[in-house]
Amino acid sequence: MSVTYAHAPGFVAGDRPKIVTSRFEFADSYTLERYLATDGYKGLRAALSRPANEIHDDVKNATVLGRGGAGFPAGTKWGLTPQQVWPRYLVVNGDESEPGTYKDRLLMERDPHQLIEGCLIASYAAGLSQCFLYIRGEMALAQERVATALNEAYAAGYIGKNILGSNFSIDIILHWGAGAYVVGEETALIESLEGNRGMPRLKPPFFPAANGLYGQPTIVNNVETLANLPWLMCNGVAAYTAVGTKTSPGTRMVAVSGHVKRPGVFEIINGTTTFRDLIFGEEFCGGIKDDNKLKAFVPGGGSAPWFTPDQLDLPFEASQVGPAGSMLGSGAVMVMDETTDIPAAALTLTHFYAHESCGKCTPCREGGTWLERILRRIVDGSGTDADLQQLLEVGAMICPGDFPHAANEKLGLKAVPFPYKMTTICFVGPSAFAPVHSALTLFRSEFEARVTKRVTIPVTAVGVSS
Amino acid sequence: MTIVDPVGEKIVVDPNVVNITINDKPVLARKGEFIIAAADRTDDFIPRFCYHPRMSSVGMCRQCLVEVETPRGPMMVVSCMTPVAEGQIVRTATDTVKKAQEGVLELLLANHPLDCPVCDKGGECPLQDQAFSHGPGESRFIEEKRHYEKPIAISEIVYLDRERCILCDRCTRFADEVAGDPLISFTSRGNDTQVLTFPDEPFSSYFSGNTVQICPVGALTAKPYRFKARPWDLDQTESTCTSCSVGCRIVVQSSRDELVRYQGVDIDPVNWGWLCDRGRYNFESVNSTERLTTPLIKDGSELATTSWSVALESAARLIRLALVNGSDSVAILGGARGTNEDAFAWALLADQLGISQRDAQLGDGLTPEIFNLPQATIDETCAASTIILLSPDLKEELPVLYLRIRDAAQKRKSRIVEFSSRDSGLTPYAWRSIGFEPGQQAQVVRQTLDTPEMSEQLRRGDVVVVVGRANLAENESLTLHALAELLHTVPNAKILPVLRRGNVRGAVAAGLTPQKNSGDAIDILTKAATGKVECLILLGADPFSDVADSTLVERAFAQIKNVISIDTFVNRSNRNADVVLPAAAFGEKNGTTTNLEGRVSNVTQQITPRGTSRPDWIIATELGLSLGADIGVSSLDELHQKMISCVVEFSSCANVAAIQSDGVLMVHETPVTISRSPIVSIDRNSYNYRLVVSRTMYDKAQSTVASQSLSGIITEAAIYVHPLDLARIGVVEGTSVRVGIDGTNIVIPVNANNGVHRGTAWLPYNHTGVDIRPLLNIASDIVDVRIEVIK
Repeated sequence: MSVTYAHAPGFVAGDRPKIVTSRFEFADSYTLERYLATDGYKGLRAALSRPANEIHDDVKNATVLGRGGAGFPAGTKWGLTPQQVWPRYLVVNGDESEPGTYKDRLLMERDPHQLIEGCLIASYAAGLSQCFLYIRGEMALAQERVATALNEAYAAGYIGKNILGSNFSIDIILHWGAGAYVVGEETALIESLEGNRGMPRLKPPFFPAANGLYGQPTIVNNVETLANLPWLMCNGVAAYTAVGTKTSPGTRMVAVSGHVKRPGVFEIINGTTTFRDLIFGEEFCGGIKDDNKLKAFVPGGGSAPWFTPDQLDLPFEASQVGPAGSMLGSGAVMVMDETTDIPAAALTLTHFYAHESCGKCTPCREGGTWLERILRRIVDGSGTDADLQQLLEVGAMICPGDFPHAANEKLGLKAVPFPYKMTTICFVGPSAFAPVHSALTLFRSEFEARVTKRVTIPVTAVGVSS
Repeated sequence: MTIVDPVGEKIVVDPNVVNITINDKPVLARKGEFIIAAADRTDDFIPRFCYHPRMSSVGMCRQCLVEVETPRGPMMVVSCMTPVAEGQIVRTATDTVKKAQEGVLELLLANHPLDCPVCDKGGECPLQDQAFSHGPGESRFIEEKRHYEKPIAISEIVYLDRERCILCDRCTRFADEVAGDPLISFTSRGNDTQVLTFPDEPFSSYFSGNTVQICPVGALTAKPYRFKARPWDLDQTESTCTSCSVGCRIVVQSSRDELVRYQGVDIDPVNWGWLCDRGRYNFESVNSTERLTTPLIKDGSELATTSWSVALESAARLIRLALVNGSDSVAILGGARGTNEDAFAWALLADQLGISQRDAQLGDGLTPEIFNLPQATIDETCAASTIILLSPDLKEELPVLYLRIRDAAQKRKSRIVEFSSRDSGLTPYAWRSIGFEPGQQAQVVRQTLDTPEMSEQLRRGDVVVVVGRANLAENESLTLHALAELLHTVPNAKILPVLRRGNVRGAVAAGLTPQKNSGDAIDILTKAATGKVECLILLGADPFSDVADSTLVERAFAQIKNVISIDTFVNRSNRNADVVLPAAAFGEKNGTTTNLEGRVSNVTQQITPRGTSRPDWIIATELGLSLGADIGVSSLDELHQKMISCVVEFSSCANVAAIQSDGVLMVHETPVTISRSPIVSIDRNSYNYRLVVSRTMYDKAQSTVASQSLSGIITEAAIYVHPLDLARIGVVEGTSVRVGIDGTNIVIPVNANNGVHRGTAWLPYNHTGVDIRPLLNIASDIVDVRIEVIK
């Protein structure tokens, strides 16, 4: 089944629109030469020729949604910084480490100049004085490509003093992380950038927009968010909003992993493409591996509550996925087919979050490991039926109250919208419980088959006949 | 904003007051304060572990979760990080809150060992207490708990048991934020997170004991108290530490009539609950078996034990004998280590006997005149826009004052202008640190204050000068000249005097200070060296250790016929005394003491005096009776009342309740001014090193040496020079060199130190090993020495 998309400026009719991955087809896509040959730094020129506030308005009007997980509009975020406070910083969150997510890595490896141009446009539009590019420690190739690109761009005069002859000057500083999942959380990233232990700060009072890096106003943006800006500058707001839906315009990158025929990163249309299109569409994943049956899928990275095949027709639209009890998150879809051992899959994910807990909040530090240990007991075959209830009760210490869940009428469940209530500062703690909760509610029988029934031996006092 | 109440009176409403509701009860809160702080003023206790009112909140333990009404319904927030807001509705005990709090406690207890019966904290443990009051009652955790090596020593004093640690960040935050010694930190992450020191770097902070006090579990314990007592058999009383002149409020705890622990008490004007390790742990010296317990009398060349009546009679006889040759044949040195009442009793006795040669300061202090300059309190100092330091290294000598001033510079935007001959603990926090060569301070002060930048800073607001004798190799007049220059430029500046020994202010006010134009301690010793002092009475003074110029002391003691010593230990000065009377030590007597800002607060008796030792004031009274000079008091209370009525400075001290808590400020006499003197520059020879001699926290002070946990920390004497000077001398660190002046030489190891300025050499005073005192000459303004390689 092939899909034809409406013609939009910048696209060839019939093509899938490509906003951020347009250069991926070239082997030398990461070089300045190729970038310049394919409209590179044109967006920056266009931006610098207009007043900064107009550029800011463009981003606002185009409703460029943050692609890091929360989906907050970038233009609005920029507007939250207090005016006339200097210095003010842009921090690029390239610490992509959500399980199943690898779209930012490809953007940095394949098209580093596009990211740099995005940083420059954002800094110009939001009036920022310094830019920090934080790249996850494990992404060696991305670090190398971005470093090379930065050097090329400096040499060519795209970064530095009086860029392209304008009054706009800025430096971009590259920082390599040391490998910690929690640093993907913006306040922990700022702590890490300051040279401290990567531990989240509490919001309030540490809203980065007002009190961020070194206590100054700071905008933290995701790599993909910024990579959208050069195209937006070249083609305008109308062209951008013509793709996707009104609330979720443009495209978004989705990394698919698991039991599909063709895993990989795809640029899909925001708001209209459905999970079914993505998983079964010929131009995307091409269906389940070995033509097995789909059992469940995670719609937005390892910490998102799971969906079952019933929800395949939901589009990539936050306003629909949220009420259904999950989130689009970081753009990672993990597909599980009928051969999947569900308790083991939940253990894999919970292990990750327990291991990556920074150790700050008690519920995450102690609860995450506790969950993992109970799950491991169950997977190893030494769990009892009491452990199943115990899992939920430990989870409730991290996420009290109703847990968001995909509606599944067969199970008699009512969808509770995302996000969850939590006793921790950041989402790492609840993330350890999300896969457990999903697995246990949707596939309880698989757990029950693994555990033995605990026999309660009645206790009778000595000498008392019962 | 004003409100008119029904009676018709106008009530001015503070714009910083915020009205909130906690559990349906209205509460007045201060703008910007956190919910938990407001709740602490009500009966609704919010459980907590990481929150500490004197440190920034981190929201780490999550125990203080409460519900706050929002437009979207009740929301769970941590009360230690959520500021109050007008109309805020807080609920601390709903079912949801209770469930969350129980959950957090169960999680905290999951990996916490249940070794309470053998844990020092058991019985006073916040985790234990709150597990009872807010916990779930039982644990469902059936897994193996975390295991670490049981207590590891992280410093000479402190032990860390990581199994008990609940990772509240209090100790690590204290070390970094309050003490400025970030030597302990979290390592690893998640379930493996633990507090540790850095490899090969012990937690050698002067303030490490505070981490033990604020630890909410038994993870941090200190050597002096480990396994010594259980909280429920401790007796305790509130008192004031007299280890230095800051006068921190403490709780003195004892068990079986022995002191076992001091804990800091949080009072706003002084110590905020913090203590330094020396003050906290030198109670061991009170329990020392070396203490004097009976009177001693000279029997041939040895001291022999005797009875109080014999000892007092012989003392009286010696004094009478000396007085025959005039009242100037008798002198009294010391008295600054006792209470105000002790000093006052001795002053009364001296008055009766006509002895005018008395001095509680031992040549290393400042003329009492400066107590009549406009005085600043510690709070005023920390609130000043500019804090000028013309003082010894406060971190070494007045450690808790260092904490307060550091806090002022770090958090309150006070600016420190430091004048010093050597980098101090406050140098990293100083706005400007101006070095001077000893002898040049007056000139450097004048030049610095004349700069436009400094003038502008001084105009920004209040100025407080912290002044004291920074260099024991320097004459007092140099400090006073520099102070006169400062006060000439900033006439409105207030001063905070830095005093050595706990109760200098009190002793001086009570009358243990030179009378009728007689000279100070140095003059008395100089006179004694010429044979003019027959009888010397030492009130807890050890001139051989206290007075910098050892040659002078030796010459004086060779001439003095009779020495009467009132002390707690045998030391070099009273080893050959004629009569030694055992005095009651701190913790063994009641009274009041006065700190450097003139704050009078009480010290209390917690244990029985060792042996037959008695408080100084009783000794003075009894000695008076033996001499036929009755000072007319028969109880401490009478003495105290008499002191209040006779001494103007103490006239404010009638408020007993205040004296037993925050203390009362002394009344100051009419202000005086000090005049400038022409600036004389002191020439020097570039081959010489100009000496800077100063005290460090752990030196051979009696109370440190006699405390077994502290005595091991005292370092060997050495001379320190700038690394480039060390290269110029041409030896490697640790090599012994000859340091000499006019034929007097000592042989001492030399070390490099970046904080020492070029051309100067720093000698810490009173350390073990080589005695550096022969180099010091109190008569000369400064001391220049030559450092020579021993071939």
